[in-house]
Amino acid sequence: MKQPVNIILAGLGGQGVIKASDILSEAAFRAGFEVKKSEIHGMSQRGGSVTSDVRFGPQVLSPMVPPGEADFLVVLAPDQVEVNRGQLRPGGWLIAPDLVDPAQLANRKSFNVALLGALSMHLEIPEAQWRAALRACLAPKLHAANEQAFEVGRRAVVAKEHNS
Amino acid sequence: MSSTERQLLSGDSAIALGALHGGVALGTGYPGTPSTEILEYLSHLGGRAQWSPNEKVALEVGIGVAYGGARSLVTMKHVGVNVAADPLFSVAHTGVVGALVLVSADDPGMASSQNEQDNRRYAVAAGVPMFEPADSQEAYDFTLAAIEASERWHIPVLLRVTTRVCHTQAPVRPLAQAWPKPTPRFERDLRGRNLIPANARPAHRRLRQKLAEMAAWSETTPLNHVVPGSRQLGIITSGIAYMHAREAAPEASFLKLGFTHPLPLKKIADFVRSVARCVVIEEGDPYLADAIRAAGLTVESKPEMFRFGELNVNRVRRILAHDESPEPARPPGKPPELCDGCSHHVVFQALKNLDCIVAGDIGCYALGVLPPYSAMDCCVCMGSSIGIGLGLRHVLPPAEARRVVSVIGDSTFVHSGMTGLAEMIYNPPPTGHVVVILDNSTTAMTGHQEHPGTGRTLDHAATGKVVYEDLGRALGIEQVLVFPLGKDSADFERLLKESLASEKLVLIVARRPCVLAAKNIREYEKMITTNGGCKSCSATQEGAAV
Repeated sequence: MKQPVNIILAGLGGQGVIKASDILSEAAFRAGFEVKKSEIHGMSQRGGSVTSDVRFGPQVLSPMVPPGEADFLVVLAPDQVEVNRGQLRPGGWLIAPDLVDPAQLANRKSFNVALLGALSMHLEIPEAQWRAALRACLAPKLHAANEQAFEVGRRAVVAKEHNS
Repeated sequence: MSSTERQLLSGDSAIALGALHGGVALGTGYPGTPSTEILEYLSHLGGRAQWSPNEKVALEVGIGVAYGGARSLVTMKHVGVNVAADPLFSVAHTGVVGALVLVSADDPGMASSQNEQDNRRYAVAAGVPMFEPADSQEAYDFTLAAIEASERWHIPVLLRVTTRVCHTQAPVRPLAQAWPKPTPRFERDLRGRNLIPANARPAHRRLRQKLAEMAAWSETTPLNHVVPGSRQLGIITSGIAYMHAREAAPEASFLKLGFTHPLPLKKIADFVRSVARCVVIEEGDPYLADAIRAAGLTVESKPEMFRFGELNVNRVRRILAHDESPEPARPPGKPPELCDGCSHHVVFQALKNLDCIVAGDIGCYALGVLPPYSAMDCCVCMGSSIGIGLGLRHVLPPAEARRVVSVIGDSTFVHSGMTGLAEMIYNPPPTGHVVVILDNSTTAMTGHQEHPGTGRTLDHAATGKVVYEDLGRALGIEQVLVFPLGKDSADFERLLKESLASEKLVLIVARRPCVLAAKNIREYEKMITTNGGCKSCSATQEGAAV
């Protein structure tokens, strides 16, 4: 059995962690993968730490990424990086909030989608499915700003690789 | 979209879709994490769904629906079943004509709950059959199976889910065609449904007879099936634990139980004998392990340390490896807090300044226990603030008794605070008492659901409204005060101080809409004044397309 891709998105209540994981799981689903997305709602909506687990691949059993086995950790809030770092497997990718400069975004609220843009450079999900997922999960008036943010995130990865 | 295409749905949404396709005439419930989204999604799909003031009333309405020959879905979180337990135990005796499916959404790990009870125990205690789905597809399929079983055996059915089933999104392939709905019709059954002792005694025997038939069905239903694998290791499991265990031990044989009361003890015995080592993997209480051992079978159960919190793949690996070494603690995240601009800040500042002894209640305001206020002395269950506050007033020395205040949210007050006020009128403490209703005009904690005090239905249309100050006066409370909360706590503190000093029975309604809900509330009210509050057309169209 081929193991699924394990992704954890983390941040604080109100930052759009859950929305980002909705978009990611929708994109993976549209690309034909089995998908499970799991998170805890409730008290965490009141500004506390929020994480969402997304797993996709040919087969997904547990909806939760086993502790310490995340392939990717996407963090929206600087103070949540260390809290969640232990979830990454050795050699896993951290996509940290300092990757994207919020000043580059048409709307700063799209920071979650910018980091998804960065994540998308590492995943085998066609770009067309990402764009379809963005449109499916967001109200039409938000499409332009979020498509711009997604592109900013993708370019940030290219720039980082170019500079390193 | 054709209905045979797969959809990405949470377990909650899958239950709602199953209810819609299964011909449910009415869904009722009270909001509670992780169950809340079921009725919201049922309404979104174009089904009929209502919030009740509490879980007991929700179940009673559901019983009426099922007595009328229609199909009913009743939803609540695990602790809600405690509130609904009284009608549950008795409707198990009377049975139903249509279908009655009670969804109990348990919260192992207590992400958003006050206790970690395992409601599988209710199936045994009340004598109701139980289904336990493990993912969204099963949540959909088992909702349909539960409706079918309820109608076939004329018995209320428990659909028991947990947080990771409710809040996991996974693909679901729905039925190509929804089931036809039965036509509701009243059939008089005086002896069957009037539980006076002479009728209740045969009713109990009928219930046990139904359960005996269902125990035989439990042996043959494909909901309880073997996944063949190694003869060395067999795992008996149900619900979400099945998914963790399959991943932790892909080589093992599995007995996957989807129908877990009454248990298929013959099938279990055959499975236990077919493997060299048999381990029960279950979250929460050792419900399966106890029952299997009581049947004289030898199985391993998890060590006590795994009774607490959710299971995951790593924890199942540890159970299988007999690893009881301490588990690494996750670094603490940022705790939740009252939102900026939340009206509760004003009240808790005043309570702190006056050094009140605060009997608190369930809701966002339970966050008043955290710094900077640390101004809540207890929080037990829905509505408990009033009774506990009165009890403290009755026994504490007068100097302390005078500092006791009961604090309760608006939705919580409607849920089960009204009887507390009746108690206050009936058995007033010598020092009087002060009850503060924190009226933020919504059920905030669970995501801003309507309730009888908002005057709007589940889908935000206009309806009758419970007015707390009118209710307080009608009950005969000496002093009923309505206080519009501002940004500053000084005025509220003065009012509270005077109320405590008066030694009267005082009800203060401290009012300001939730800062997160205020904008939506204004829009609902605007829609009500412009078009009488009918659902937005877009929502109806989306519902028709699913």
